Amino acid sequence: MDLTYTPEEEDFRARLREWLAKVLPALPPKPSPADWPARRAYDLGWQRTLYDAGYAGLHWPADAGGQGATPTQHLIFLEETERAGAPYVGANFVGLLHAGPTIAAEGTPEQRARWLPPILRGKEVWCQGFSEPDAGSDLAALRTRARRDGDAYVVSGSKIWTSHAEVADWCELLVRTDPQAPRHRGITWLAMPMDAPGITVRPLTTLAGSAEFAEVFLDEVRVPVSHRVGEENDGWRVTMVTLSFERGTAFVGEVVACRRVLGELAREARKNGRWDDPVLRRRLGRLNAEFRALWRLTQWNVGEAERKSGVPGVGGSVFKLRYSHARQELYDAAADVLGVEALDLGRSWVPERLSSLSYTIAAGTSQIQRNIVAERILGLPKGR
Amino acid sequence: MHFQLTDDQRALRGGVRELFEGRFGREALRAAVDSPGLDRALWRELGEAGLFALRLPEAEGGVGLGLPEAVLAFEEAGRVLLPGPVVATHLAACSRVPGAATGETVVTAVQGGLVEWLDEADVVRGDASGAEPLRSVDPLTPLHRVPDHGGGGSSTDPVAVLLTAAEQLGSASRTCELAVQHARAREQFGQPIGAFQAVKHLCADMLVRVETARAAVYAAAVTADPRDIAAARLLADEAAVRGARDCLQVHGGMGFTWESDVHLHLKRAWVRSCRSGDVTESEETLAGDLLADREAMAA
Repeated sequence: MDLTYTPEEEDFRARLREWLAKVLPALPPKPSPADWPARRAYDLGWQRTLYDAGYAGLHWPADAGGQGATPTQHLIFLEETERAGAPYVGANFVGLLHAGPTIAAEGTPEQRARWLPPILRGKEVWCQGFSEPDAGSDLAALRTRARRDGDAYVVSGSKIWTSHAEVADWCELLVRTDPQAPRHRGITWLAMPMDAPGITVRPLTTLAGSAEFAEVFLDEVRVPVSHRVGEENDGWRVTMVTLSFERGTAFVGEVVACRRVLGELAREARKNGRWDDPVLRRRLGRLNAEFRALWRLTQWNVGEAERKSGVPGVGGSVFKLRYSHARQELYDAAADVLGVEALDLGRSWVPERLSSLSYTIAAGTSQIQRNIVAERILGLPKGR
Repeated sequence: MHFQLTDDQRALRGGVRELFEGRFGREALRAAVDSPGLDRALWRELGEAGLFALRLPEAEGGVGLGLPEAVLAFEEAGRVLLPGPVVATHLAACSRVPGAATGETVVTAVQGGLVEWLDEADVVRGDASGAEPLRSVDPLTPLHRVPDHGGGGSSTDPVAVLLTAAEQLGSASRTCELAVQHARAREQFGQPIGAFQAVKHLCADMLVRVETARAAVYAAAVTADPRDIAAARLLADEAAVRGARDCLQVHGGMGFTWESDVHLHLKRAWVRSCRSGDVTESEETLAGDLLADREAMAA
């Protein structure tokens, strides 16, 4: 068990820090959260900056245009960019963390050449069309229909919770191609161009008042058969590759950020006098234990990924369960520090408190994660 | 960085598990419950196997290993509910208390206002004057309460806290396994109870607590940082106590019986929580750390 970084890893960190110190002050100001085209331009600009410096697709395999970095280097990258206050992955999230890795793993050479470079270079944005109004936790119940018509699939149905739909160029789409087959065996993975006729995007407003995702209605949308990744009706297996990526790496930067917020909370509490309350102090102390452990668990999972050559396992579910609840507790504690100011949307931590409510739902609810842990790790029988 | 067990550490853990399961398996555990008392022969065997001398240099007849290996060994001790003041004797061996390393001498210590196994121990570390016996809740840990002798310094040795957290981790891991075994075997309403989400989710939460505590305990073993140890202690206590509670719940009526082992895990977990001293102290250590230098988080 080793928690010290090798000289090569430290060198990687030092060069990254130096580079961040140079490029971050030159970045344009952050756009308003409501201005989607500006957010797209900002996020793609950052991706281009990463690309030019050789940091794009760090964790992608080298033969997919990535840097083939080790999981530890990727961890260092996420840690240092967060600590330096660098932009988040933002609109590049689906491309870099779902669609891209899926195409890298399952796509043909032509498909890889068409779609991967624009993701890495910050040219194209992807969104995800998986969930449907009647297929959320039970994703395999999806009903969006695709029927073959010559060299195209004709797709009709609706998708929901699609982040960045308004500004995306492509959608990684799950459709039902064989309604007669068992549920998991009639699904196909398609790359749908978002400018195709028949697509209507309707933004959804979250409880935080922001438009973070959308409903996407599909009416006889034609998607070329050449845009299918994997075999027809093999989309479920193709998709499972992506979902484990989502849970494996998505939260590293956030744990670093939560630890910083915890320090800020303590200083704020000392300033406003609430630090004198031993109950609050002890609560913050426990949260410190919690996030220290989550950071160690992250390092442990990275070590495991390294040992098992890069594939994120179900251990991500253990982490996601614990982290999503800890994040909510953190911002509830922030409300205690703030007192009545916790009701002021203009105060820091208040919008974050609202958005933290999505963490136990998005990317697999806590209930679904518990099923995964119980069935796939502990070997308990599937229930009814 | 490679935060995983090395091959040697895996082998050590396997060897210790085999030793403990062979020498202190379920039958021995229940026999010990029926006729309490410290098994001196077992103690010497633990000494010969190197449990107490684990961190003594080889030049002094020790095994020459470090804190991470000690944590793995004490995790295994927690799994099988090994009785006796093993942590105190291990620490005494590190301090060269004669006979501790070999298991000839049984050493106990005043920890958290209590002394375990006072009547059986050859050496007591700390001021145990005025110790009064308790009717110990744990049938395998005789306890004396020690009056506060003042001086304020009631803090427990951080290494004792860490090794105790390792025992808690082993116990938590074991109660999770016991719950899962029972949930797979026990049938009601025509199916294993583990197929019901209400039961399944209890088990999943147990594992989440175990694995989070494991990361904290192992990291503290590597860094020996007091803040990491305090965090490890809080998480391991939680994993052990709540794990035993949930394990009891999954076992239903059987879990409430004397013949089930679940209560032994719960009661020992309670004893260990007290051994590590005041919880408030650990929480305050971690709260104070938040106001310390920002860069301290870099660790």
